[in-house]
Amino acid sequence: MRSVSFFIRYLFWLCLIYLPMDSHADWLNFRGPGANGVVSDCADLPTDLAAEGAIAWQIDLPGRGLGSPLVVGDRIYLTAASGPEQRQLHILCFSAADGAPIWERRFWATGRTMCHKKTCVAAPSPASDGQSIYAFYSSNDLIAVSLDGDVRWMRGLTLDYPNASNSLGMSSSLVVADDTVVVQVENDSESFAAGIDTATGLNRWKIDRPKKANWTSPVVMQVDQQAVVALQSSAGVLGVLPKTGSALFDFDGGASTIPSSVAVGDTLYVPSHGLTALRASADGSGIEKLWNEGAQRPGTASPIVVDGKVYTINGAGVLSCGDPQTGERLWRIRLKGPFGCSPVSNGSHLYIFNEMGVGQCIDITGEAEARVVSEVELDDTILSTPALSDDSLYIRSDKHLWKFSKPTE
Amino acid sequence: MHRLLSIALALASLIAFSSGQSASLEDSIAALSAVGPEGAGHAEAAAAWQVLSSGDAETILPMLAAIGEHDDPLQRNWLRSALETVYSRIADTSAAALPLAEMQNFISDTANPAAPRELAFDLLQRSQADLAFKLIPSFLSDPSPTLRRIAVQQLIDQAKASLAEDKEAAGQTFRRALDSARDAEQITTIAKHLRSDIGDTVDLPTQFGFLMCWHIIGPFDNTGREGFDSVFPPEEQIDLEASYPGKLADGKTVSWTEYATSDDYGMVDFNSPFSPLKEAVAYAYTEFQSDGEQVAQLRLGCKNAWKVWFNGELLFGRDEYHRGIRIDQYQLPVTIKPGRNTILIKACQCEQEKDWTKQWQFQLRVCDQTGTAILSTDRQPTPQKAAATRRPSA
Repeated sequence: MRSVSFFIRYLFWLCLIYLPMDSHADWLNFRGPGANGVVSDCADLPTDLAAEGAIAWQIDLPGRGLGSPLVVGDRIYLTAASGPEQRQLHILCFSAADGAPIWERRFWATGRTMCHKKTCVAAPSPASDGQSIYAFYSSNDLIAVSLDGDVRWMRGLTLDYPNASNSLGMSSSLVVADDTVVVQVENDSESFAAGIDTATGLNRWKIDRPKKANWTSPVVMQVDQQAVVALQSSAGVLGVLPKTGSALFDFDGGASTIPSSVAVGDTLYVPSHGLTALRASADGSGIEKLWNEGAQRPGTASPIVVDGKVYTINGAGVLSCGDPQTGERLWRIRLKGPFGCSPVSNGSHLYIFNEMGVGQCIDITGEAEARVVSEVELDDTILSTPALSDDSLYIRSDKHLWKFSKPTE
Repeated sequence: MHRLLSIALALASLIAFSSGQSASLEDSIAALSAVGPEGAGHAEAAAAWQVLSSGDAETILPMLAAIGEHDDPLQRNWLRSALETVYSRIADTSAAALPLAEMQNFISDTANPAAPRELAFDLLQRSQADLAFKLIPSFLSDPSPTLRRIAVQQLIDQAKASLAEDKEAAGQTFRRALDSARDAEQITTIAKHLRSDIGDTVDLPTQFGFLMCWHIIGPFDNTGREGFDSVFPPEEQIDLEASYPGKLADGKTVSWTEYATSDDYGMVDFNSPFSPLKEAVAYAYTEFQSDGEQVAQLRLGCKNAWKVWFNGELLFGRDEYHRGIRIDQYQLPVTIKPGRNTILIKACQCEQEKDWTKQWQFQLRVCDQTGTAILSTDRQPTPQKAAATRRPSA
């Protein structure tokens, strides 16, 4: 009798877990929906970051990390690494409402954890398909857990491919498309990209990549109603189908190995000789160069396209706004840099935090120029890109996670 | 598809769990043996995880023991995450049920493998910090580097605190810490205090077990980085009297020369004898004498592309240039045989010209799995600073 009752309760919770989620507010990967840093349903984000009560909560974290938080439903997920040589890997789950811890999973790193002191083992952002969390680390540990922390599969990619590592550390974030986790493990030695089946953890495909260190993240484009993953490297950009790894297009004009591209539909804005706009052909089999603008030169921050304008931040902290049709610079202003993260936007404002922990909110609704409307000092090193969801902004450092919301009256 | 498979897995595990018969703890642990390379065995492991993570307090010690019985790092991680899930749930809901005494015994028994002992200590520290704290002094000579590190840090902190008031006592405490320390960062910290604050001498190369005396030969060609895969004569035969065509001007041949380093961290610098060169390959060779067979590790630090051979067998090679170097960067397991053992290193320099790409060097030490130095039975005294020179072969 007890077993039957337990069985029914279990089924009830199972149904709850697997009910289709309203994912419009979710932030499922590096730079959020579309991996372009822009959401349209956060109109009521706080614009005065320093206002009393704007920090809804702040919590301590058990380890270092510069991967972005994810927001799935009413929970926040993020990764961290701790201990000597950062060999303890964490996946953490918190309540979005109050930051209360919900669960934590820890693992031993199975690959190399050596990295430059500025970065860390939990540098890549995790990703989610709304059903599972896929965590990735510079040690090449790739772990899938359910939203409730049940372990589904785990890969030690250095165990499988022993020379796939970078002694400076790796930071390429994950994307999920067509039931496939796409991972770029690009370095000077055993360099590859792979598509991993989200259900089984098995390779769907694995392709060799240029033998050169690369910290950029894959980007999902929508071409002819199908997902195409753009893999950026020093050689250029290779467009592949997520399920097979089959190449659709190959832009061989070279590209940066630090800031990543941004996609808007079938158009890709690539940090390449400044900024280069590419458009995939209708069937995705080719790529056309629309324009190149040498004056738009992203530093570490990836470009962002908001309301028809393309924004870049160069190594000196200068924010430039360009015409997406021509790349021509429309205006520029100097922000307080330097920046290790990328900007995000709700359509009317850009949000970015510099490496000293100064958060800046920039009004981009003006025609002629933008203006910084508020700043907040978090007094911590921040290299992570914020997440936006449900009119709130989440940002993490090595020590803390903050939630910003408009103060309640 | 994903969702259907996940539901099927969850239902399968539920049925197994609720029956209480077909999926025992032992069965579930055994199921983890299906976990293998490139994602193999995860469906079985995920079902087993559901059972393991639902266990009660009585499963904690068996799971700790099972971690010690699994050498595969992924299988260990499956067990660890299940065990921590059980432990956290019980600590939150019925802490009195935690087997704290058994865990303390498990931690204190150094016959148990290091990984589950470290995990047990970590769990204890998170839930019963006072109990964990009392165990720390007993870790000073622990075979677990992690536990030993915690005890050594306690000594370092004590020594630092007493420096101002009692320098002699501080010195003695630093010495005790040095005797126990195996962590490179801690050893460096202790040596710095002993030298600068106490005025002691510290033989760091012997402490670490760095190999200081080598025969070196070069340069050979690495144009286009092709030298990494090229087989030059030292890879085919070690003949310390031989000369070969190399990459010297006027077609001069290259030959073996003796080289000793006095660097605290055993750095062998090819730029010193060969002058700064680009697109070049050099080799270093040495011998290591042992009275008996020993399981050991060669621990290499190198920011150039490299290969290492031990007793003529290629252990590993890596064609990465100038991305960083640190002590124990690469740990290569070996079995030292009685008598003479040979070690050959190949280090390649690339074409890059920036300042940070000029280094052409490596450091190598021999130690056991805990990081304790294993010294050659004919180890020579550590070369003095002034003696570190290129010396012609006898």
